[in-house]
Amino acid sequence: MTLNPQRVSPYYTEDHEAFRDQVRRFVARELAPNIDEWDEAGEVPWSFHKAAADAGLLQLGYPESLGGVEAPDSFYNIILNDELAQTGSGGIMPAVWVHGIACPPIVAFGSQAQQAKYVTPVLAGEKMAALAITEPSGGSDVAAIKTTARDAGDHYLVNGSKTFISGGMRASAFTTAVRTGGDGPGGVSMLIIDADLPGVSRTPLKKMGWWCSDTATLYFDNVKVPKSNLLGQENRGFAVIMHNFNSERLSMCAQAYGLARCCIDQAAAYARDRHTFGQPLAGHQVIRHKLVDMQMRNQSVKAWLDEIAWRIDHGETPVADLSMLKVLATQTLEFCANEAMQIFGGAAYMRGNKVERIYRETKVMTIGGGSAEILKDLAARQLGF
Amino acid sequence: MKVMVSVKRVVDYNVRIQVKGDGSGVNLDGVKMSMNPFDEIAMEQAVQMKDAGTAEEVIAVTIGPAKAEEQLRSALAFGADRAIHVKTDEEIQPLTAARILAKLFEKEQPKVLLTGKQAIDDDANQTGQMTAALLDLPQATFASAIEFDGDKAKVTREVDSGLETIEVDLPAVITTDLRLNEPRYLKLPDIMKAKKKPIDAMSVEDLGIEEAVKLNVTKTAPPPEREPGVMVEDVNELVSKMKDKGLV
Repeated sequence: MTLNPQRVSPYYTEDHEAFRDQVRRFVARELAPNIDEWDEAGEVPWSFHKAAADAGLLQLGYPESLGGVEAPDSFYNIILNDELAQTGSGGIMPAVWVHGIACPPIVAFGSQAQQAKYVTPVLAGEKMAALAITEPSGGSDVAAIKTTARDAGDHYLVNGSKTFISGGMRASAFTTAVRTGGDGPGGVSMLIIDADLPGVSRTPLKKMGWWCSDTATLYFDNVKVPKSNLLGQENRGFAVIMHNFNSERLSMCAQAYGLARCCIDQAAAYARDRHTFGQPLAGHQVIRHKLVDMQMRNQSVKAWLDEIAWRIDHGETPVADLSMLKVLATQTLEFCANEAMQIFGGAAYMRGNKVERIYRETKVMTIGGGSAEILKDLAARQLGF
Repeated sequence: MKVMVSVKRVVDYNVRIQVKGDGSGVNLDGVKMSMNPFDEIAMEQAVQMKDAGTAEEVIAVTIGPAKAEEQLRSALAFGADRAIHVKTDEEIQPLTAARILAKLFEKEQPKVLLTGKQAIDDDANQTGQMTAALLDLPQATFASAIEFDGDKAKVTREVDSGLETIEVDLPAVITTDLRLNEPRYLKLPDIMKAKKKPIDAMSVEDLGIEEAVKLNVTKTAPPPEREPGVMVEDVNELVSKMKDKGLV
């Protein structure tokens, strides 16, 4: 385990380190002993949501008035993502913290009544909320969504479907992108749709990784959604969606960094213990260099991640940097998972090894939350290339 | 009642201890330090008493270097109301620690002193007992359950033969064992609030304590390395290998 004793940093204070200690304890006691079982079972029990809420971790970064635990800066969120990743499970984030993408729009744009109904119970670990944007016809092209919400007097009549929705099977409400107006981004609105409304149905999807987290296709068939569930203004939903992406990407970068760190720690420990040709694996230069190649890349990711977090905390919205870092961090994760697999050899091809799971879960990191291709294009446009 | 809890800064239990090459001790450079886990259990007991209304005030005490303030901040984040830091850069032996704690006990007059049964650095398991002896107070060590009733405490102790329940008059010294409770997670707001709580700092000399140097560590050595195992084909081979080693 990489411990960070008495580190001198421009960003991390004693408070951050004290918080890290607590997250580490929580992970060691509540998560690490169970995660393999939960991953195979395809579900995290509700008692874990409650435990995370009791530890003040489920609600980190939300206003106290909604039952949240306010974080003074972004580094607490980085620490949370980093430490949770040390179990080697990427799926724990979408399984338990998926409100991290579903609730911020409600906190930023929702009414008090919407916040009390849809955010507070989630932060208490009693319910889950999911974000529903991607459709069978397309994901990255958000402005082209086809699910419609027709004005029917006191309610909207919603028709269409959403897919690849993390937490969609267990969520009790979906923060959903719908078309209320004409074509393009100017016709998109955000609606909070209760999962138990007549006309809502859902089916689970099987995945390559993230097994402990469910993923669903949602179907809306003439669903009557009260007008009071409109989030923000009609036809202004595109801005709500975009607002969300930046914080999602910062969290994903921190998670990618943490998972890569886990690969490095696991591979380094194995390389010290495993003996071949009369010496530890780490005694062979080719293996030592692999570890350094992993470490130098991931440390660069961390330096940029911390710098971007600091800039965000100081009021900037560094879209290009965040987009590029998301690409770099997840590609670094792919690299580290791949090299860790090579160091472990057959031992990491077996289920139950952290590296096996991380390797299987790299693709969701390079695709989800904005694919590398889309994000590079976004960065290029931002930078005027 | 007033509760005093003594906590110690020790090497974090996750750290793989490295013995110095010359056998003069263990390497502490850049090593992560934390609150002694048994003291965390004592802290949890104290704040549970506060939550239940049994304790009105919880005072955390530590003896150690300036950096030990981190452990006091943890104790304050647990829910201690204030803290006392007896600063010293010297290694404190159990008898000196007991003298200091006894002095602070006399000064603060708590109803109970809670502390871990031992610290995981030197595993001496002496400080609580010596403090009680110096103060001529009852002691209940290795507590796995504590019940307060007026001026008495009923303490279940983990002893070699099982569990033993004793009753002690208060004030008393109680040392805490592993199964007494599961220490809580410190929430971020409590970590932040802890920074504003008062810490009273003093030196060993301020207390007029004479340092007792009774123990002399002559050599530190790592435990012998475990020999690698061997795979056996069947029970017969296992038995014959065990016979070779004189194990059966």
